[in-house]
Amino acid sequence: MGSNLIDALFIFMLAAFIGFEVIRRVSPLLHTPLMSLTNALDAIAVVGAIVLVGERRSTVSTVLGTIAIVAATSNVVGGFLITDRMLKMFKSSRPGKDRAPSSGSKA
Amino acid sequence: MTPLTSQTLIEVLYLIASILFILSLKWLSSPSTARHGVLAGEIGMVIAIGGTLLHRGIVDYKWIAISLVLGTIVGVPLGMVQMTAVPQRTALSHAFGALCVTLVGTSEFYLRSPDVPRFMMSVLAIEVILGSLTFTGSLMAAGKLQEVLPQRPITYKGQNFVNLALLAVAIAIAAYIVVHPGAKTLFPAMIGIPLVFGVLMIIPIGGADMPTVISLLNSYAGLSAAAMGFVLDNKLLIIAGALDGSSGFILSVIMSKAMNRSFTNVLFGAFGQVQPAAEAGQEVRAVRTASAEEAAQILSAANKVVIVPGYGMAVAQAQHKVRELYDALTKRGVEVRFAIHPVAGRMPGHMNVLLAEADIPYDCLVEMDDINGDFPQTDVALVIGANDVTNPAARTDPGSPIYGMPILDVDKARTVMVIKRSMSPGFAGIDNPLYYMDRTLMLFGDAKGFVNNIVREFSGNHG
Repeated sequence: MGSNLIDALFIFMLAAFIGFEVIRRVSPLLHTPLMSLTNALDAIAVVGAIVLVGERRSTVSTVLGTIAIVAATSNVVGGFLITDRMLKMFKSSRPGKDRAPSSGSKA
Repeated sequence: MTPLTSQTLIEVLYLIASILFILSLKWLSSPSTARHGVLAGEIGMVIAIGGTLLHRGIVDYKWIAISLVLGTIVGVPLGMVQMTAVPQRTALSHAFGALCVTLVGTSEFYLRSPDVPRFMMSVLAIEVILGSLTFTGSLMAAGKLQEVLPQRPITYKGQNFVNLALLAVAIAIAAYIVVHPGAKTLFPAMIGIPLVFGVLMIIPIGGADMPTVISLLNSYAGLSAAAMGFVLDNKLLIIAGALDGSSGFILSVIMSKAMNRSFTNVLFGAFGQVQPAAEAGQEVRAVRTASAEEAAQILSAANKVVIVPGYGMAVAQAQHKVRELYDALTKRGVEVRFAIHPVAGRMPGHMNVLLAEADIPYDCLVEMDDINGDFPQTDVALVIGANDVTNPAARTDPGSPIYGMPILDVDKARTVMVIKRSMSPGFAGIDNPLYYMDRTLMLFGDAKGFVNNIVREFSGNHG
């Protein structure tokens, strides 16, 4: 048990550092989609609720877990949906330049 | 499949999902790869949920299926809201995320009590305290943003003392439960008090501080999810929570810097109270005004124009008219750019989304630090619905309540035009010396209507 918790702390620490480094590089242009995307990813908490409901350990835990799944799933679905809708709207004034790095190698 | 291999398979699927989550955020660094990021996140999510369904402990899928369907039904309309409503939607989703975490934490406690090791119990306490205060706090923030609750800060004497005392009581109860994990009757208090605290925490915070508050609640939601990962020994959850927590933290730091305030000042300061000092200089000062026709003439004679949009522009739904103005000027060879202050909208980056929705290319949207040096070479700065973020008093007047706040140096442009309804002060109730400068022209009127009139002048000249 003790070593599991220490492992978990290591994972938390490393993930937080990766988070800082990756998110620092996100352009301020995209801070709103960033927040809605991290929100959708954060709703991965749904997996905890799924196990809780599926194990059917008590009526209370099933009821609370069911509400939890509904709340988290709405974040997953709504979060990805709105993030994609927002990102779709960001267009460059130089349409060719937008894809240059990826399509350049193919051409 | 034997239990052992199904467990290993789930762990491997979680590992793949973690990689996809990190890539998802990495690809968000540039608009050209950002949509891949969403796709990576979606695939990771499907893999993780699919893997979880293989969990050997699951004996009943009925309620899982029902609640997944219900969640989708609730989620789709939340994903289809208007772009102006994105801040309140985001606050609401913080509330939902926190609700999930709190409910799962509560169930775990009652299922495990009294056999909860101390470390586990401490993390569980953090999970439910952060989760429940984020739940009500985010609901309050969403209510203020949706304007179903008053946006003005509500303050009373001893407010900070009451709030801190409540938090201290909640922590004391948590400490007791950590030592005595069988204290099932005390557990509801450990949730109830933070629920009240969440409400009281947001009451004194004004609408102008919402970008910081939303980011901070984002961070809390992430941390509570990470705590839940500790309790359930779920590494994917720890990683996703840590990513979300650090994202919210970074955004809160950026937002409070943009308003020149510290976290404690946002949470305990109650900005936007009536400033008695502002009443002193209340003599009527002359301003220069101009008509739409004159404004159009000045704009068409310019080489470089910088448009400074504020939330007032979005409230007036003027962004599509602004786009027409952008088109008309660009067609005449005028270089048009947009200066975006970090707190221009109601949440981080909000203004960029509103302008992108109006089909304004994102390479014309320039952040404050990148454009401030260009104002002296700018022929016309056109301010639409922004006020405090253009107030030169923030640079020059140490007595001003916003002194030290980074602003857009609009006053350095050769000509400044401000579209404004009237001379009434802005959200923070602070007078703006920009309006009385010789090179400033006030364009009085509704943002949408006035921009429309300017655009009409241009098309009239063509036809």
